[in-house]
Amino acid sequence: MEIRPESIRSILATDCGSTTTKAILIERRDGQYRLVVRGEAPTTVEAPFEDVTRGVLNAVREVEELAHRRILDGERIVTPQTGDQGVDLYVSTSSAGGGLQMMVSGLVLQMTGESAQRAALGAGAIVMDVIALNDGRRPHEKIRRLRQLRPDMILLSGGTDGGDVKRVIEMAETLAAADPKPRLGAGYELPVIYAGNRDAAAMVRECLGSRTTLSVVPNLRPTLETENLRPARDAIHELFMEHVMAHAPGYKKLMSWSPVPIMPTPGAVGIIVEKIARRDRLAVVGVDIGGATTDVFSVFQEVFNRTVSANLGMSYSVSNVMAEAGLENILRWVPFEVDEVGLRNRIKNKMVRPTTIPQSLEDLVIEQAIAREALRLAFEQHKALATGLKGIQTERTISDIMSQTESGATLVNLLELGLLVGSGGVLSHAPRRAQAAFMMLDAFLPEGLTHLAVDSIFMAPQLGVLSTVHEAAATEVFERDCLIRLGAALAPIGTARSGHACVGVELVSPGRAPERRQVAFGDVALLPLPKEGVSRLTAHPERGFDLGLGKGKPLTAEVLGGVVGLIVDARGRRPFQLPGRMSERIGKLRAWNQAMGLYAREV
Amino acid sequence: MAHAYTPGLRVSELVRVRRERRLPLKGEVKVKAGEPVEPASVVACTELPGNVQTLNLAAKLSLDPARVPESLTRPIGSRVHRGDVIAQGRSLFGLLSQRAHAPADGTLESVSAITGQMILREPPIPVEIHAYMRGVIAEVLPGEGAVVETEAAFMQGIFGIGGETFGPLSVATRSPDEELTPDRLGEAHRGRVIVGGCYASHATLMRARELGVAAVVVGGFDDHDLRQLLGRDLGVAITGSEELGLTLVLTEGFGRIPMAERTWRLLASHDGEQASVSGATQIRAGVLRPEVLVPHARRPAVAASAAAHPGLELGSLLRVIREPFFGRIGHVIELPPELQSLETEAQVRVACVEFCDDGSRAMVPRANVELIEV
Repeated sequence: MEIRPESIRSILATDCGSTTTKAILIERRDGQYRLVVRGEAPTTVEAPFEDVTRGVLNAVREVEELAHRRILDGERIVTPQTGDQGVDLYVSTSSAGGGLQMMVSGLVLQMTGESAQRAALGAGAIVMDVIALNDGRRPHEKIRRLRQLRPDMILLSGGTDGGDVKRVIEMAETLAAADPKPRLGAGYELPVIYAGNRDAAAMVRECLGSRTTLSVVPNLRPTLETENLRPARDAIHELFMEHVMAHAPGYKKLMSWSPVPIMPTPGAVGIIVEKIARRDRLAVVGVDIGGATTDVFSVFQEVFNRTVSANLGMSYSVSNVMAEAGLENILRWVPFEVDEVGLRNRIKNKMVRPTTIPQSLEDLVIEQAIAREALRLAFEQHKALATGLKGIQTERTISDIMSQTESGATLVNLLELGLLVGSGGVLSHAPRRAQAAFMMLDAFLPEGLTHLAVDSIFMAPQLGVLSTVHEAAATEVFERDCLIRLGAALAPIGTARSGHACVGVELVSPGRAPERRQVAFGDVALLPLPKEGVSRLTAHPERGFDLGLGKGKPLTAEVLGGVVGLIVDARGRRPFQLPGRMSERIGKLRAWNQAMGLYAREV
Repeated sequence: MAHAYTPGLRVSELVRVRRERRLPLKGEVKVKAGEPVEPASVVACTELPGNVQTLNLAAKLSLDPARVPESLTRPIGSRVHRGDVIAQGRSLFGLLSQRAHAPADGTLESVSAITGQMILREPPIPVEIHAYMRGVIAEVLPGEGAVVETEAAFMQGIFGIGGETFGPLSVATRSPDEELTPDRLGEAHRGRVIVGGCYASHATLMRARELGVAAVVVGGFDDHDLRQLLGRDLGVAITGSEELGLTLVLTEGFGRIPMAERTWRLLASHDGEQASVSGATQIRAGVLRPEVLVPHARRPAVAASAAAHPGLELGSLLRVIREPFFGRIGHVIELPPELQSLETEAQVRVACVEFCDDGSRAMVPRANVELIEV
């Protein structure tokens, strides 16, 4: 069905999450697309319902009640809109039933293995394992692993075009010996995508063609110096619809309701992040911290990357944050003494009763300390995967050698970062917006000038899939109703003794008296910004401090309005360090909390 | 929208429990519908395909991979024993003869003329599925297993570790708020399911394991001790496959928390009876909680199934499941419909609760309470 954007008056978009199905209604009013209402209902993929459309219908019914308009006719979404009934377009994303779970393989872990991983993650998958010739496991161990994990799909890559064929076939033979079964039942063959050396394609087909549903696409690493992920990503989306979703309960019906393919939730978020970065010519980082997982999306140097930290989250995985970060790293953000045994029990009790919420201020502070560490770890993992290509020969000059750069360095450059967007309960629903801003600041440690925002109600998935057919509607709603601009952070790079002069700032906002502030090293200052509009910032770093233009060089820039303000973070970068002594650290944390107005009382 | 409170864990004197006992692969079912079974009865059995060994014959025999298939001394599909010659080749103008031997017992599964690799499959691994609880076979799942059904006293815990086990129940503390200390355990507890009070320490569990106790059911346990027990920090609550030598079920949570009176009374009333216990816990989509069930031998079968949840209402008995009132039990005295502001400044739906122990009152987020089914 052809979609003519100019004729779309109303849009219904749903996201079937693993626990909740969210529906939003968008209408064109006075020539602009705006969010009208949002409804939600429990997802019904699992027993006793085993039909995803039940949850979708329940969420749409809530939308109907809140918007006072009819969208359903019995159990059917009315399209197109007639009078004020029905909608012109229905789209959906899904991560229900654990989302898209994939295994990928390549010849060399750090080369084709990583490229395959990037392709799968970028398409919105959870990568359960990366199998490679040099992954340190013996063949029978790989076979056992392939059998144990029942993925939805496998992406097989390896070799550059015209390169080694034998090793690629060896990987295909390993896969054939394992004879892995798909997760959603034995009624169909496991989808396998081959995106490796094109010279091996015929032999791979011979080896796997009769046992799996094999798709052959162009090599994702045709040469060592190039990566071509798009064909593999497109094939993943196609197979997700045709083979995986079609076997999930109720999805055949859901697919028949929408003219637009159902997309994996994180894949759709990636699309909207990429579009915003391209439109505003910005380096962007987006993070979605959920109960079980944390997704990080980034666009640096026009390259999009996505990673998912499968076991870093605020409820189901909260205990894993403690296991990975270590208790001392969580406690470094807590401005009071906590008994270790008690804190460990508290975290475990949240894990076993994941829907509970902090009631006391102390409990909220601990939860936000855990969030800082979950975000920090997820970003570390992202930086390690969002890299340039590894293993390539680059021509190097003497200065390159002196600067110790290497192939495969991370693309994430915090000084270049223009916009940091957070979403997920602990950020989007923080009682004070300043808390969300400060959590992101502590976890990501942006440098120079960076704008901060949160996704108010996590609409990015629906807007991502919508943007594939109606970009204007998606970006208008994203800007006006989805994104809450918090303001910006200004963080000079450098270090000094506490209390020494660090940076002087002047902020000129329309209709307000200029605001001038000298901020000493080790301090944080918050300057108010108007909620909308543009302010003019002039910042003079002291000698030894860099705002991106060189040590001691002043910065003049435009700052967009926001509900929190301009945070001048003079706590130092490269390195950022918290005081080692507990009493000193607690004193500092309390001072920063007070400067930011984080909590209603001192904790 | 879904109710905003955590549904309570089930604690029932008599429910009909059905448990599907399914093989990981198709196999042979050993029972018939209507047949009585004991926990250790074998319900079904099968053989899992053996492990796979790969052998690079091209490298071993110094042959071109294309010549490897003709070097085999036995056809594909042959059964071989460890050490048997499976391939031989000549190199250096036929002067040197090299042989390849089977690295294990098994079957020659395939050989590749492209990579020169051979795949040998080891003998199948037998697997048996047991009934797990005393009951009758309600249904046979042809080729896959059976459904066992029983009428039982049943309780769910909040968290457990260790797999399925069974044994007579044995109450080892005097009250639900007493700690299960090592000195309360003795030789008589071997093979039994021990019911303690509010807490067990790592030392108690070590003593229980040493004595051969089948399972320990207590109110709380410290995470610090759990780490010591497992040798690692448990990151995600997916348990049941730990091999600890015993199963641990927590009825309330982490810390020192008196076992709920109702749970205690139920377990104590079945002291000495045969119980089946599973520590398997999975807290994500498709929640799985640990369980203790005591099939009734002496009572007539009464159908009872998962009751419809009444929801939170005035007078409901509940337990608070998060600080600052964690573990306290009280009645709902008011359910304000409007959102209320907490100390954190979050606006949420709350319940006003009067606590049973001292009659004090407090406002608690509905997300932080758990109904106690009466």
